[in-house]
Amino acid sequence: MAAPVGNFEFPWQYSFQPFFTLQPNLDTRKKQVEAWCSLILAYHRHERQYILDVVESQNSPLFCNKEINRKLRLDDVQYLLEELQKKGNVEWLDKTQTRCYILWRTIEEWGTILYGWAADNGKQNTVCTLYEITNGEDTAGEDFHGLDTNILLRVLRALERQKKAEVFSLGDSEGVKFF
Amino acid sequence: MSPRDLYMIVGRGLSRVWRSFWFNNNMDRFIWCDGSLGLGENALCQQSGVRIYEGEDRTSFDRGILALTTHRLIWRDSSDQTCILSLDLSIVVFLEEHPSGFAKSSKIVVHMGPPPSSKAAGPTMTSSSNYIRLSFRDAGETQFYRSFNDVLAKKPWEKNTPPVIAGKASAGQVRHFRSGIVGIERKMQAKHEQTQQNISVAFEDLSNLIGKAKDMVELSKTIAKKIKDKQGDITEDETIKFKSYLLSLGIPDPVTRETHGSGAMYHIELARELSRILEHPLQEQGGMMTLTDVYCWVNRARGMELLSPDDLLNACKMLQPLQLPIRLRIFDSGVMVLHLLSQNEEEVILATTELLNEKGSLTANELSQLVGVSVILAKERLLATEKFGGVCRDDSIEGLRFYPNLFLTKTC
Repeated sequence: MAAPVGNFEFPWQYSFQPFFTLQPNLDTRKKQVEAWCSLILAYHRHERQYILDVVESQNSPLFCNKEINRKLRLDDVQYLLEELQKKGNVEWLDKTQTRCYILWRTIEEWGTILYGWAADNGKQNTVCTLYEITNGEDTAGEDFHGLDTNILLRVLRALERQKKAEVFSLGDSEGVKFF
Repeated sequence: MSPRDLYMIVGRGLSRVWRSFWFNNNMDRFIWCDGSLGLGENALCQQSGVRIYEGEDRTSFDRGILALTTHRLIWRDSSDQTCILSLDLSIVVFLEEHPSGFAKSSKIVVHMGPPPSSKAAGPTMTSSSNYIRLSFRDAGETQFYRSFNDVLAKKPWEKNTPPVIAGKASAGQVRHFRSGIVGIERKMQAKHEQTQQNISVAFEDLSNLIGKAKDMVELSKTIAKKIKDKQGDITEDETIKFKSYLLSLGIPDPVTRETHGSGAMYHIELARELSRILEHPLQEQGGMMTLTDVYCWVNRARGMELLSPDDLLNACKMLQPLQLPIRLRIFDSGVMVLHLLSQNEEEVILATTELLNEKGSLTANELSQLVGVSVILAKERLLATEKFGGVCRDDSIEGLRFYPNLFLTKTC
């Protein structure tokens, strides 16, 4: 996984106390939730994190601003994740909703990016290992570098359905061929 | 010189014959009665086995129970229960005691003045004596004599006649039969009447006070004015201010159900009265008062003619249709307030938003101090402004605090 590059810059809302209270006014709440959603995604992208554990996140600086002594309540975190799920940015790992993938790019977005990369780098009609894609030297500067293997697989399966790639087994690991 | 002294001088100077000639018909001073005590009359003592002598002569009232009350001497025949005589103590002049002797029972001699002019029916026998003798054959004479003399000295019958009300009730109770359903009903009726009358007696003073209420309100107004005039000279002391507030209210002619009947008309008039008396206090209170405060103010001002919460609420509901300058508003939380029409919601929201922009953040408490309204109302203002999108909240362990709504106003 790539190390975080520099310190994450939180938006202005992060220092605004009411940001940590779910607003009852619907118009206000809409704006607030929007700000939170983009913050969650931006933070995970910056940290190159793909999985969020709801309980553990309570201690994460994401939901807890020690400077103003405010913390987003667990219920509200859950509420935000559900909002993100509606947009396709969250996928739950279990039924009890304790852990989830944070898809700071949706599966479709990843597919487009990945296919674009393959096309640009002449990877079509050749076989690449999944390790090569996520950890290879060639992809060091790409967004999907360090992508969670399970997410990658799901992206590739989606491409497979569009007839843009084919996933097959290479012994103990898996490979992919872009068309 | 009292009549009694006069009598004693005169009486002793005359021979028995002369005395009987002078005070004719002694026995007819007795009257028939039913044996019941009048109001305020108390039994003092009684003795059985008493014979009445008229002068020196025996009468047919041979053996009976003699009772002494504060007002009368009552003799009832031991065998014939309907034969009851009474003698008003007021006509008794003095007593003599004749101790018992051989074959003679002890006696009390009762000397009497002339009978009252309006005398009720009594034994028809005529009397030649101006005294009677009470023969105590079963003893007890000494005790009776002492009590008798006591009563004559104190003259309790001369005391004020008892209140008419109670007299009626007790007379009713005595006369009616006390058995059967009718008896019970009558008893209840009598009791009810008495209660009614007791109540009216009890509240007699109060109605006097109500009668004076108008004057008192006038008085309080002048005092209030004086205090207000002086206020500038003395200090801005809160207590003086408070007193002037208290005294400034006072409704000389409150709208009541008596004057305006029941139903809608009453509430309409009440609404007019509310608007009249509350406009000024409302301005001083920042344009808004909770209904509970209004209730206290109004009832304090009305003094005796208290309003029920229901009537107040109904009257408040009439404010809008009557186009009066104050209005009832019910907040989402259920809190009801009266506010000035000039102070409409948009203006309050705008003012609150501006105030928050200026101060950065405010709690309901802080706002209430800044604007001069109660904390409840300050909170309602903030909630209303929040609803409008003017402010947003920070609900933390430090309490509920409101901030300018940067979510909507600040662009990234």
